Amino acid sequence: MSDMPKRTPLYDLHVELGGKMVDFAGWEMPVQYPMGIMGEHKHCREKAALFDVSHMGQVILRGENVAEKLEALVPSALTALPAGKARYTFFTNENGGIMDDLIVSNAGDHLFVVVNASMRHQDIPHMTANLEGVEVTEIFDRALVAVQGPKAVDVVGALCPAAVEMKFMETIVADILGTECRISRLGYTGEDGYEISIPEDKADEISRAFLGHDDCEPAGLGARDSLRLEAGLCLYGNDIDNDTSPVEASLNWAIQKRRREDGGFPGDTRILKDFADGTGRKLVGIKPLGRAPARGGVEVQSEDGTTIGSITSGGFGPTVGGPVAMGYVTTANAVPGEKVNLIVRGKAQPAEIIKLPFVQQNYKR
Amino acid sequence: MTIYFSEEHEWVSVEGDIATIGITTHAAEALGEVVFIEQQDAGETFDKGDEIGVIESVKAASELYAPVDGEITEVNGILTDEPAKLNESPEADAWIYKIKITDASQLDDLMDADGYKAFIA
Repeated sequence: MSDMPKRTPLYDLHVELGGKMVDFAGWEMPVQYPMGIMGEHKHCREKAALFDVSHMGQVILRGENVAEKLEALVPSALTALPAGKARYTFFTNENGGIMDDLIVSNAGDHLFVVVNASMRHQDIPHMTANLEGVEVTEIFDRALVAVQGPKAVDVVGALCPAAVEMKFMETIVADILGTECRISRLGYTGEDGYEISIPEDKADEISRAFLGHDDCEPAGLGARDSLRLEAGLCLYGNDIDNDTSPVEASLNWAIQKRRREDGGFPGDTRILKDFADGTGRKLVGIKPLGRAPARGGVEVQSEDGTTIGSITSGGFGPTVGGPVAMGYVTTANAVPGEKVNLIVRGKAQPAEIIKLPFVQQNYKR
Repeated sequence: MTIYFSEEHEWVSVEGDIATIGITTHAAEALGEVVFIEQQDAGETFDKGDEIGVIESVKAASELYAPVDGEITEVNGILTDEPAKLNESPEADAWIYKIKITDASQLDDLMDADGYKAFIA
């Protein structure tokens, strides 16, 4: 593999729009545009923003009983997932930790899977090795573009009327400017919106058409991170990793009843035990009460000075208008309203445990 | 009044033995939108290179280093409530400290405007 960062089909567009390009997981991606992270973030919450997420891994799984086979690697129920529906899940390891999180869509005659850019190198071989009789095809010739925000329905709907009536976590194949695209009503900002898989040679044209809408502006990775943090959504590698169980990470909702009863996924012994007995620590929202942001790695103490955990993601929340964070604390302290201290540069800063999210999710149910 | 610039992207405007210091426009642009500044109190003394504050943008935290030895005589308190001023007016209204210089010879190690322009080019 080359050390040079790779470029997505939208690279030229990013540069033309004044994107500040950075290396992210081996990809040259825009961290922000001239509008700035704060403005892009707010534009997404108020109108619509377009994000290039082509660095994420798009994969097609094809074979007999493919959903049943994939269930052996993830704790979510997939066999009953109807055609045209998508579901959030994660690969677990033998210890019940999380190897990566992903979205699985039932595309009718195959499954369409999207994994994190930073974990493609792990996930593809993992599926290839463990899904017997399943053809695992990583797609390299399609871009993935997210249009997010309350006006996303207008932006996408203007070019694709079929998208308007879709509901959250539905996926269809439909025509945009004469090109067949996969359109899924989901995202990772907490807002209504779509992720659209587009053949690479049409990605620039279609993205420009979205941006041609008065309400749509480009947004970079910086805004994507602050949006998902305010929405209480986990970032793989920060908030969840090989050492965190889904129950610790408060991702119980992604493990459906049948799987909780029957197990049959890597690490099921530990995860089912976590359900039964509870866990020693929990992922929670943490609101610094002052102005100082508290970033990943900052120690969390109880008011009596005992270490009770640490922050996994933290920064400034533009919609909240102040610092926001999430992290793990001992379960006894994982109570909304609990007062804690964050040790920022050696000084204790007061903070409060809150119930996530910081900003209400706004999905089209 | 003479203005000097440091390699840490600070400006130092000197009048007699008092200097006003802040961050350069170039630094403010690189930092991105500033959301928080941690300043020390008047009366604190420091050596050249010491950390004398922290500026946090939406992206990251950056330390502010002392360009010369000195003592803080005045703190621009407006920045506590309006940290975004560091983006709007980094080389004027958003000065960070006034300091008393204790070793004026250290100013010779700093750059003039042309030197700084070349440094960031």
